Amino acid sequence: MDLITPGLGLVFWTVITFLFLLIILKKYAWKPILGAVGDREDGIKKALASAENARKEMENLHADNERILKEARAEREALLKEARDIKVKLIDDAKSEAENQANKIIEQAQAAIESEKKAAMAELKNHVAELSIDIAEKVVRAELSSKDKQVQLVESMLGEAKLN
Amino acid sequence: MTLSTFKNVFFSALFLTISFVGYAQEASGDDNDSKFDAKEMIMHHVKDAHEFHIFDWNGKPVTISLPVILWTDQGLVTFMSSEFHHDDSGTQIVEKDGLRFVKYHEKVYQLDAGTQELVFDAEHHPTNATLPFDVSITRNVFMMWVSVIALLLIFISTAKVYKKSNDKVPTGIAGFIEPLIIFVRDDIARPMIGDKKYKKYMPYLLTIFFFIWINNIFGLIPFLNSANVSGNIAFTVTLAAFTLIITSVSGNKNYWKHIFWMPGVPVPMKIFLMPIEIIGMFVKPISLTIRLFANITAGHIIILSLMSLIFIFETFAIAPVSVGFSLFILIIEIVVTAIQAYIFTILSALYIGMATEEEH
Repeated sequence: MDLITPGLGLVFWTVITFLFLLIILKKYAWKPILGAVGDREDGIKKALASAENARKEMENLHADNERILKEARAEREALLKEARDIKVKLIDDAKSEAENQANKIIEQAQAAIESEKKAAMAELKNHVAELSIDIAEKVVRAELSSKDKQVQLVESMLGEAKLN
Repeated sequence: MTLSTFKNVFFSALFLTISFVGYAQEASGDDNDSKFDAKEMIMHHVKDAHEFHIFDWNGKPVTISLPVILWTDQGLVTFMSSEFHHDDSGTQIVEKDGLRFVKYHEKVYQLDAGTQELVFDAEHHPTNATLPFDVSITRNVFMMWVSVIALLLIFISTAKVYKKSNDKVPTGIAGFIEPLIIFVRDDIARPMIGDKKYKKYMPYLLTIFFFIWINNIFGLIPFLNSANVSGNIAFTVTLAAFTLIITSVSGNKNYWKHIFWMPGVPVPMKIFLMPIEIIGMFVKPISLTIRLFANITAGHIIILSLMSLIFIFETFAIAPVSVGFSLFILIIEIVVTAIQAYIFTILSALYIGMATEEEH
């Protein structure tokens, strides 16, 4: 029966010894060891997290680069297209302008020609009238130089102009 | 060398024990000294004693004398156990402070005043002596202190490794110890108690784990295993009591409600469950006590019994069988040292975890 009866003396010493061991080990062993292990684990976790972050940043950077490149390409395309458009437009504009200008000039010329022509015609008419009058004057003068002729003419005219 | 002498040296040097049984028989001039009492030898080994036996030399035991400390009705009495001259039959009387003491079956008796020698009744119980409160440094206490010194050396030097290195990389002894500590933390404390609360109980769990383990191991090492610390019920009951105290102190409202007024069952069931739960509260540490005590003591008894076969059959022919079987058992015992420390710790953690569990 001694075997399964706890001896109080040993219980007493076990309590004291265990408490002593617990306090000493807690202070001088478990705290520093668990602290160090915990610190290291935190460090590893942090290092892994920062590596992951760096990887993500790299990815982002890469994506950014891609994006910027794409944008640049698009911009170049746009610029080129714009330039082409401008060129075409310029040429078109110039063409239409020139046409307009030419048409205007032609119109003006035509108008000028027309007016010159009218003026010339008017002058010509005037000249013809003057000439006709001169001629008529000369002819009349010549015709009317003798009395006979004057009577003859009046008679002929009167003959033509029948009084009805 | 006779078989009897060989026996004394053999059991002392190779394995555990106290061979004063043989010594007492030889000293008393018993003609029939070859009669070997395996039971007494084994029981003597697994129980506590007042001196630390190392080996026998020429039929005389060589021991470390340990202090006997007694709390008598006249105050504290101390003397060295060597004053009993290895006597365990109650014949050697030690006189101190006017009181007379004898040692009988590893118990120190205080003789009643006026009596000169121990008188026994029919069942061999002393009739004229009382048992004073015995707080002697017995061999178990002595070995326990040896294990404490070993633990302090191991773990304080481990802690120093971390203090010295800046990068906290485990080198040297820390490389060996750290996985064990991580094991206790990640496979015992965390799953049983939970990530939020486990930290508070780590020092206790680590201390009992290594305290039990090292004492289990010392119980298998020749010479050191002269004492059987972790196979002593006083040792195991004390550690189990610590677990009970910690469980009860850290028990939250939810835990006590589950014991005294089980939620979620009808009132008659609540009344019926209350005594069961209260018994369960104490059965847990009792099971811890008995499991560790019985496992370690049983291992020692098996090995000693196998070795005793040689002396029971009184022939060397049986030795290969004995040695073979006890080697087999010893290898199992090496595993058992760790398993029992693990079980004690994980169950303690489980009980603490149950006590601190939040309502769900």
